[in-house]
Amino acid sequence: MQPTNKNKSNPEIEKHIDQSYKYGFVTDIESETIPPGLDEDVIRLISSKKNEPDFLLEWRLKAFRHWLKMKPPMWAQLRIEDIDFQSISYFSQPKSKNAPKSLDEVDPDLLLTYEKLGIPLHERAKLAGVAVDAVFDSVSVTTTFKEKLAEAGVIFCSFSEAVKEHPDLIKQYLGKVVPYRDNFYAALNAAVFSDGSFVYIPKGVRCPMELSTYFRINEAKTGQFERTLIIADEGSHVSYLEGCTAPMRDENQLHAAVVELIALDDAEIKYSTVQNWYPGDEEGKGGIYNFVTKRGDCRGKNSKISWTQIETGSAITWKYPSCILRGDNSVGEFYSIALTNHYQQADTGTKMVHLGKNTKSKVISKGISAGHAQNSYRGLISVSKNAEHSRNYTQCDSLLIGGECGAHTFPSMEIHNSSTTLAHEATTSKVADEQLFYCRQRGIEEEDAIALIVSGFCKEVLNELPMEFAVEARALLQVNLEGAVG
Amino acid sequence: MSKRNSLLSINNLKVSIAEKIIISGLNLTINHGEVHAIMGPNGSGKSTLAKTLAGHPECNIHAGSINYLGTKIIDLSVEERANKGIFLGFQYPIEIPGLSNTAFLKAALNAQRKSQGDEEITAVDFLKELKHNAEVIGMDQAFLNRGVNEGFSGGEKKRNEILQMMMLKPRLSILDETDSGLDIDAMKTVANGLNSMRKKDSSFLLITHYDRLLGYIKPDFVHVLSKGRIIQSGDSTLANKLEEKGYEWLTKTK
Repeated sequence: MQPTNKNKSNPEIEKHIDQSYKYGFVTDIESETIPPGLDEDVIRLISSKKNEPDFLLEWRLKAFRHWLKMKPPMWAQLRIEDIDFQSISYFSQPKSKNAPKSLDEVDPDLLLTYEKLGIPLHERAKLAGVAVDAVFDSVSVTTTFKEKLAEAGVIFCSFSEAVKEHPDLIKQYLGKVVPYRDNFYAALNAAVFSDGSFVYIPKGVRCPMELSTYFRINEAKTGQFERTLIIADEGSHVSYLEGCTAPMRDENQLHAAVVELIALDDAEIKYSTVQNWYPGDEEGKGGIYNFVTKRGDCRGKNSKISWTQIETGSAITWKYPSCILRGDNSVGEFYSIALTNHYQQADTGTKMVHLGKNTKSKVISKGISAGHAQNSYRGLISVSKNAEHSRNYTQCDSLLIGGECGAHTFPSMEIHNSSTTLAHEATTSKVADEQLFYCRQRGIEEEDAIALIVSGFCKEVLNELPMEFAVEARALLQVNLEGAVG
Repeated sequence: MSKRNSLLSINNLKVSIAEKIIISGLNLTINHGEVHAIMGPNGSGKSTLAKTLAGHPECNIHAGSINYLGTKIIDLSVEERANKGIFLGFQYPIEIPGLSNTAFLKAALNAQRKSQGDEEITAVDFLKELKHNAEVIGMDQAFLNRGVNEGFSGGEKKRNEILQMMMLKPRLSILDETDSGLDIDAMKTVANGLNSMRKKDSSFLLITHYDRLLGYIKPDFVHVLSKGRIIQSGDSTLANKLEEKGYEWLTKTK
């Protein structure tokens, strides 16, 4: 008799792969999309379509001229096909006569899209008291709970609306944390950004509900360039969450966003991201190129900015949400889960720049690699001469599933003050066959077992998410791990 | 061979691991409610037998059959066997960092229920039962929220295995050297847990080096395994005899 080995750990999970990205549908909606290509006329067109004030157009043009002199960054641990920036359309919006004044005027197909994504925009269908701004391709579709937020003095609206309604705030803060000169993609974004979210929390106000923005790319051959600006005035507090999805397409699509956070004295901003852009298929075809610049300025004393990110999507992820700890006693935190499967690549991490005295930062990074994926952590802890008694704790863990994937860590430190306290821990582990056997012996199927092991590995980061999103994040991790064993 | 109330019957089983024959023609029948002890020197194939029954992928079956509850189980997956009520108490329970014991047990229990077409257990019922069982075996509540076996001592890990067994209520529990590394108090509590389950439809296969555990749990049958075969079977007095004389008097006459 032939040796039998029927229980080998490669069940027919391959068949699940096709189902794994459930947000891959396209909404058939009439859009106004400008032809591909980028020059000053395109930028003028975008600006005029949005009726922008002159200062903003000038700023865009300066950014564009600067961008022309720049080259895409090549230092990351990423293999990227050359991007033809002239083949992308830089503006697309759902066609409607006028901007909708209320939800009733929003195209029903659009509402249906968000329903399908699990994001009810109807205020009646309250999402556990979360206010939502929905951005579809280049423009904001609607923002919920506006009136209720206004009662507290909180401004939560699309970026375009903020430009019209609160130009002074925009003028004062735009590009102050991430200047257009910062990097190639930040410059491109400054030149062509189309919309995004704007938040202002007045002095002493604790924002009465979670704020969130859902970004959706729908149109083919378009890029999405949104900008988010959050200002937390003295003694205020806000928790904000963004989510992202896109249809399945064979070609790569570009997403280059900029997020700027400003926390004044005693203010706190908690920014959470669940990034689930289309990751490409199991062969590595298609998927979103995600180049994002996120930075928070802890400008005031005792201020705090906390980044939490769950990065499960995108063919390529390039992002380093960072904190400038300018105010004395300010605190920066970075909690990250980056999951890459199949041929996904992620190069992500953070920069903590300690400028003020007694500043503290904490970095917890969890990288999970499966399939043929490559996952890198890149971090910088910088302590300036004047940052007396600063402290950093960095913990950087990698988990490998299978033998074809890779995990890399690139931590660096620039310390110019001898009173600094630093601690760095790093581990790399594999999901062991014996762990899987143990779980399966208790009746748990292999894929569920992997999801459990991964959720255990990610516990410290998942605990940072607002309750209602932690559940979603766990489910997302599980879905994105499908086909990870075999 | 297959009696009306036989739970498990193994016929002429031959198993290799990494091309090395470990089990060579083993026969064993366990009926409902029986406690069997398997003893034998190191390397006689005790742990391989346990792993083979659970369906470990590294165990290659060359010949023979395993019948459990009237079906051949050689082609069933690890989790299918588990959900039919086969439980393996591991000799070296593995750690799963960050995954709480409670969450793990709940997932296991619900997987079992799902396979039987039952609804998920409610959080209240689950916690009530968990706390009760933890008390029976003297496990501190704090362990329930720690990572699965994470940083547990050897004895704590073994207790945790028994806790899982009590929660999952298997028909057949195979306990691989659950007694090793336990002090007398821990052994007593483990025996408590086991005896509390020793009822009509729970059967046990205890794999052990010594008869220490058997002082607390009286087996119906004792088998001696040597070189992958059962060379002697008897009642509980056989264990005492082995304790006195060692294994040599048996292996020599073979």
